Amino acid sequence: MATPSPTTFSQPFNFSKDVRRTTLKTSTIFGPKLKSGEIEHTHLRLLTSFMTGPRLELKASKDPPGLTQQLDNSRLESLAETENVCDFFEDLKHRFLRFKKRKFKENLEHFQNLAQGQAPKFMIIACADSRVCPSNILGFQPGEAFVVRNIANLVPTFEVHITLHLVYFEFLLPKQTSPLHFFFLCVQSGPSETNAALEFAVNALKVENILVIGHSRCGGIRALMSMQDEEDSSSFIRSWVVVGKNASLITKSAASNLSFDQQCRHCEKESVNHSLSNLLTYPWIEEKVARGELFVHGGYYDFIDCTFEKWTLDYEGGNLEKNSRFAVKNQFYWC
Amino acid sequence: MARQSLEVAVEGLKRFLSEQNGFDEVTAAKIEKLAAELQGTDINGFDHHVQKDPVQMIEEGFRYFKTNKFDKNPELYNRLAHGQWPQFLVFACSDSRVCPSHILNFQPGDAFMVRNIANMVPPFDQLRYSGVGAAIEYAIEALEVPNILVIGHSHCGGIKRLMSHPEDGSAPYDFIDEWVKIAKPAKAKVIAKFGNLSFETQCEHCEKEAVNLSLINLLSYPYVQKAVASKRLRLMGGYYNFVDGTFYRWEFECHFSPHFPA
Repeated sequence: MATPSPTTFSQPFNFSKDVRRTTLKTSTIFGPKLKSGEIEHTHLRLLTSFMTGPRLELKASKDPPGLTQQLDNSRLESLAETENVCDFFEDLKHRFLRFKKRKFKENLEHFQNLAQGQAPKFMIIACADSRVCPSNILGFQPGEAFVVRNIANLVPTFEVHITLHLVYFEFLLPKQTSPLHFFFLCVQSGPSETNAALEFAVNALKVENILVIGHSRCGGIRALMSMQDEEDSSSFIRSWVVVGKNASLITKSAASNLSFDQQCRHCEKESVNHSLSNLLTYPWIEEKVARGELFVHGGYYDFIDCTFEKWTLDYEGGNLEKNSRFAVKNQFYWC
Repeated sequence: MARQSLEVAVEGLKRFLSEQNGFDEVTAAKIEKLAAELQGTDINGFDHHVQKDPVQMIEEGFRYFKTNKFDKNPELYNRLAHGQWPQFLVFACSDSRVCPSHILNFQPGDAFMVRNIANMVPPFDQLRYSGVGAAIEYAIEALEVPNILVIGHSHCGGIKRLMSHPEDGSAPYDFIDEWVKIAKPAKAKVIAKFGNLSFETQCEHCEKEAVNLSLINLLSYPYVQKAVASKRLRLMGGYYNFVDGTFYRWEFECHFSPHFPA
């Protein structure tokens, strides 16, 4: 089996470039006279109506079957649905009891130790795809890996998670003929879930390894590669996968002669490298990597023929230049 | 040579034992574990005496999976190579001790899984929480999962951070504090109701209340509303206590009452 040739990848966009692009986008969305509180109020109204609306009753029930009320008159349908609830409830119960018998009780001392605290050696960033759980494919046992799972195993950069809103207010006070104009620059955070997990894993748990795992036939990467600029931006998927946009641009320029499926495969790996590069934009990650206290790895799981590739970022601290490229080392291919 | 003899012996033992009928699940598991230990391939045991090299650890894990799962179930994995039809969308904490694949034995293909600090589902926000929103949108619109399960757990660091966070914002963590404050309503409820109890007990209550809050927040996503209203989707909560080895599960029910004319 041939080992893949060394791959390199470039530094992410610098902050100033992205601010300009973001500001342009914002002005086309918000326009000159939008009140800053408008979006927020809409969101709050929605939540409020769910909490206090007269027609919606919210009930948390502990007991399984038979409590779901039906609006239609079919008793048979009601019973069938009740059985479904039973099945999934019973299913969860049996799943847990199997774990308790086979693992928890067999390793009681270990679980008691774990209950006092965790000291995982790994932080894993993997896709939410049901087929690629790191506990299954890499055999991580309880206590071994702090795991983040999101669509397409993406890591946003440290800087570009901030979105700037330029908001314009106009006030016309009594007895004044011309309005007063105010401009406000508001900062709103972009996607923030992964950042919190990184902070916890690296600074609190002090993990020694971060492994970002991509995989074959990733729906999120496919969505990223299919994205057109003029498309409707109301999709959440689009708002998220755009985090990996650089990877898709690099893929399209490097692999334009390949089929779309092959391009997606290329992007799945390029996106892992892009995420590794983004990890280094976090100052506390970069510091630890430079000191040799933290290692950053990429991985790729192919579930079509069951192979796993792994590589480690070869980082020599202190020599970052604009558009500098990072090398990799310790590449493995397991099949 | 020795290894070959060992493998032959283990296979012979397995064959002999399989001819004996009537093993219950626990005994069968013990035999499997014993065979694996003899072969030196048991990674389900916790060997704490050996500090493994991280790369060696994941290589062994991958080889175990390939030999014992992938190669032994070609039909399943061939099907999964072409698509996924998970029954659950699961929200679980990133904590290393609570992976649902362990505690609920989810196998490849069973559960589309989001893991973040304190297993939070934030309310609909396309800018700040696009990651969670994307996972919900994909799971419901593309995969049509019939169940969402949010699992909280004991000794959750994220919830503890939320409960102990001083209100004047003097804490050093930027991203963690920004993230866990999603569950502030749960904290407020717990303090109001259980403020006289110990901090640990309040944290435990908050771990469960945060699950309920996440279930409510799910309804702020239009695709969830639609799917719940048309009874294509059920919302469930779970709580794993790894101190006493228990798991609680409950369902979040919501419905519209019949319309009455004024």
